[in-house]
Amino acid sequence: MAKVRGAVVVDNDVCKGCNLCVVACPTQVLALNRNVNNKGYHYSYMENPENCNGCTNCSAVCPDSCITVYRVKAEA
Amino acid sequence: MSVLTDRINEIIKPENLVYAKSPLLNDDLMHYCPGCSHGVVHRLIAEVIEEMGIQEQTIGVSPVGCAVFAYNYIDIDWQEAAHGRAPAVATGIKRVMPEKYVFSYQGDGDLAAIGTAETFHAVNRGENIVMIFINNAIYGMTGGQMAPTTLVGQITSTTPHGRDVDLNGYPLRITELLAQLPGAAYVTRQSVQTPGAVRKTKKAIRKAFEIQAKKIGTAFVEVVSTCSSGWKLSPVDSNKWMEENMFPQYPLGDLKDTGRADAELYRIKAK
Repeated sequence: MAKVRGAVVVDNDVCKGCNLCVVACPTQVLALNRNVNNKGYHYSYMENPENCNGCTNCSAVCPDSCITVYRVKAEA
Repeated sequence: MSVLTDRINEIIKPENLVYAKSPLLNDDLMHYCPGCSHGVVHRLIAEVIEEMGIQEQTIGVSPVGCAVFAYNYIDIDWQEAAHGRAPAVATGIKRVMPEKYVFSYQGDGDLAAIGTAETFHAVNRGENIVMIFINNAIYGMTGGQMAPTTLVGQITSTTPHGRDVDLNGYPLRITELLAQLPGAAYVTRQSVQTPGAVRKTKKAIRKAFEIQAKKIGTAFVEVVSTCSSGWKLSPVDSNKWMEENMFPQYPLGDLKDTGRADAELYRIKAK
C-alpha cells in the first residue's frame, strides 16, 4: 500500500454530486458515493484514500466549497 | 481497513490543513445548480478579498440573473442593482467613496444584453472599478433562452433549431470590444473548468483588484462559464462542450494590460 500523504474531507450535506472533483483528481482518489445526502445527491467521497497526495485540485474546482484538504508535510 | 482509517485520521489535523473554505464564504447553501461556475467564481472573489485583507473596504454590486443572491454568500457589503445597471451603481458608489474597493458581478444577459450601454460607458469613462463578467452563452435563470453571446447553431429554448445568423445575428464578443476602449486598464478572459484555469482566474481577479487600488482605469475579467441546466448537459460534459465550442469563439488570455490611455492622445489640437 502506498504511503498516505494527503486526505480530503467532503461536507456531505453541502456536496451536490456534480462530479467535477472526481474528474479533476489526478490520482483517482474521489468517487461519487452510492448513498445520497439530505438533498438526494450522490456526494463525493474518498474511494481510494491511499492515493491522495493532498494536491488541492478537487477543492480548486469545487463550486460549493465543500472540500477541505489536509497534507502531511516533509514525511518520507 | 482500520489501519487505513487511523492513518487518514492522523492526517486530518489542523496543523496539516492545506485548503479550507474562505471564512468570507458563509455557511449558507448556494442555490446554484450542481457544477455551476458561479460557485467557483464566488469562492475566488472571497479568497482574493481575504488574502488582500480588504473585507471591510469592499463593496460588491450584484446583478439580476442567477447571481442575484450573491450577497447571501460572501460576507462583505453588497448593493443590488436594477437589471444591467450594476456598472452605473458601482460608478456611483466608487465616486462617493473612492477609498473603497468596488466591483460589479454580472452574467451575460445582464452585462451584454440589457446593460450594454452602462457597461460600455462605465469602461469608456475609465471608472476605477472591477467588473466581473460570467459568460455562459445563455440566460440561465429564466429557463435557457438565447443570449447575445449564444453561439451560432447553439440550441436554446428560444432557438430550438440553433441560433441562426440571418434571424438572430452573431455572438457578441463584448470583451474584445471593451478592450478597444481607452478607459480600460486591464481586460482579460479566463475560465474555471480545470484546477489550472481556476488558479489563473484567481490571479486575474487579484490583479484586477490591485489595478483598482492604483486607480488606472477599469479592470474587466470575463470568465467563460458553463450552464449545465441551460445547456442540458451534465457538469462534466458541459466543461467538455465549453472547451470544444466556446473557446474557439471566446479565446482565453489577456486582451489589454496597459492601464488607461493617456488623455493627451485624445485632446484637441487647436484652442
